[in-house]
Amino acid sequence: MKKKQKKPTRRLDLKTKFAQPLARFAAWREKVRLGYWKHVAPFFGKIKHALNHNFILRVEHQQIKLFGFIKIALTRKRLNAIYGFMFIFIWLVGLVIFTLYPMFYSLYLSFNEAYYNLEQGVVTSFVGFTNYINIIRSSTLLPLFATYIGKILISVPLIIVFSIIIAVLVNNPIKMKGVWRTVFFLPVIISTGPVLTELMAQDATSLPSLQSSAVFNYIVNNLSPWIANPLASILNSMLMILWYAGIPILIFLAGLQKVDPALYEAAAMDGASAWDRFWKITLPSIKPLISVSVVYIVVSMSLFVESGGILDLARTHMLVGAPDSAFWHGYGYAAAIAWIYFILMVIMMAIYARIFSGKRKDR
Amino acid sequence: MKKFDKKLLIPRLKRFFFGMKFSDGFIYKFTIYILLISFSYIYLYPILYMFVNSFKTVDDLINPGVKWIPTSLDFENYARAFQALGFPGSIFETTWYVLKVSVAATVSAAVIGYGFARFNFPLKKLLFGVMLATFILPSQVTMVANMLIFRNLNIMSTQWTMLLPAISGQGINAAIFILIFYQFYKTIPAILMESAEIDGASQFKIFRSIALPLAIPSFIIVFLFSFVWYWNESFITALYVGGQITLPLKLQVFRASYEALFPPGTPGAELNEAIMLAGNMVTIFPLMLLYFFAQRNFTQSIDRTGITGE
Repeated sequence: MKKKQKKPTRRLDLKTKFAQPLARFAAWREKVRLGYWKHVAPFFGKIKHALNHNFILRVEHQQIKLFGFIKIALTRKRLNAIYGFMFIFIWLVGLVIFTLYPMFYSLYLSFNEAYYNLEQGVVTSFVGFTNYINIIRSSTLLPLFATYIGKILISVPLIIVFSIIIAVLVNNPIKMKGVWRTVFFLPVIISTGPVLTELMAQDATSLPSLQSSAVFNYIVNNLSPWIANPLASILNSMLMILWYAGIPILIFLAGLQKVDPALYEAAAMDGASAWDRFWKITLPSIKPLISVSVVYIVVSMSLFVESGGILDLARTHMLVGAPDSAFWHGYGYAAAIAWIYFILMVIMMAIYARIFSGKRKDR
Repeated sequence: MKKFDKKLLIPRLKRFFFGMKFSDGFIYKFTIYILLISFSYIYLYPILYMFVNSFKTVDDLINPGVKWIPTSLDFENYARAFQALGFPGSIFETTWYVLKVSVAATVSAAVIGYGFARFNFPLKKLLFGVMLATFILPSQVTMVANMLIFRNLNIMSTQWTMLLPAISGQGINAAIFILIFYQFYKTIPAILMESAEIDGASQFKIFRSIALPLAIPSFIIVFLFSFVWYWNESFITALYVGGQITLPLKLQVFRASYEALFPPGTPGAELNEAIMLAGNMVTIFPLMLLYFFAQRNFTQSIDRTGITGE
């Protein structure tokens, strides 16, 4: 009985406790509403008035009138187009300002020697392909590019195979599916540049047994540096590379769950072993997803900025570069580095997407 | 008591180990669990390493006999890391900044995705392709020109440098966000919108009162992802905004700020790996917390992008 008596008083307590903030919130809302009608709504009204009472453009009776005599009927199709452009308008503006213009401007800069100074802004002088030739001749950048290419070429298949294995394992009828998914997705959440750099610096990204193995030493000592460097860097940061599998695992899992279980049953009836079923049913059904994963992996691997890596150097060239500096070559050089990087990235993406999806045409 | 039948023993054992069709037997399941556990150990090794080592004292760090279980938990590391990272002010600063940017990115993606999903307009396919293609364009290609644009707009080193691209749907991974909303709006039956239209609702009213309330799950997913990605982004943020506005940026200069607080030479204040790792743990902890509360939303995101077909 006592409990029953207590409850209402407590609820009342809560009510009185929140009464003041609630009232304040209601007052604030009312203020906003009144403010809208007083200040904002008339503005819209004026725009509407101006749109309907001018000579150039006028909307009346389901048609737009231009200059009083050009009439455009507002068909459903045209209305659709107008509304569609209205919704994506902000994206179009952003695309032009923050993506297309910078893209072509940096392409233009890459053929120039460009420096920034406070009085005149950017000073450019056309130099043709000099920047690109200098990069290819550079003794620091060229090995870095080679290592980058090698790293991507080797680790993409590695990640794909790893994520397919994990996805197939998790797709089995096992307990706690959610837990496993959670575990394998965790790296996507926490992989921020500084943390990864710190982990690499502390050697936490490679398995100790792998690093001290004879194979590792053999590779480093006996192969020529252009192949040994990427291999060593991959073995050194093996776990970090596997961390890129977070999203591909989910992609493949989603694909596997779409496969009709009746297909497996039918195959089993006809005497196909589990091995056959994997190669003949599972793999073909997730094959289209491989190219999507490749794109994601290459992009996310390329965006990781190592200190002393290509992108870091590009930034330093851009920020430190000055006409009298012997080491840092300014905006044009940085733009050229970024463009070479981007083109290499797209080429590798295209190669892998082609390799993995090329056979689809045969069927 | 039931009589134990020797003849049945072997078939029973066989059934226990191999199951009716092998894939439900004990051996199969055992192998799968062992594989999964070992893979996830390899996978989570860096995190475990970071977690364990952040509690170690200097003695434990040097002692090769101590690998996984420290002899004593040293919370002093965390206290130092907190100080060097400027807690608790910095965490609110970071959260406030990331919140602003990610809300902007989410809202703009919702509007743009609706435009692509609902209306037919000329060049729509081309524009949609361009939108998807922006995903593979690294921000490093555009950074050279973007810096100059921001300088001309006089917003360099302010948060507007991140906010403006986010508002206009050009921020980090904006293509994925727009795609998630696009796929979702496609699943809403058009009849719903048409009936509202016949009842006299304007297109904006339909968007506000039908599409947006239905899209709340997509909002949650996109918001969570943009929160995480903007939190983790350090290259572009450092370049445009600067000033160590987020925790990862503070982490980059951890060594310097630590040495300013505890000058080298002070007894017992040398910066060791344990303190560095404690700083890292502190930086990723808010995201881990977010993940453990909302992990379902994260792991279901891929289904929402609709890249698996249909």
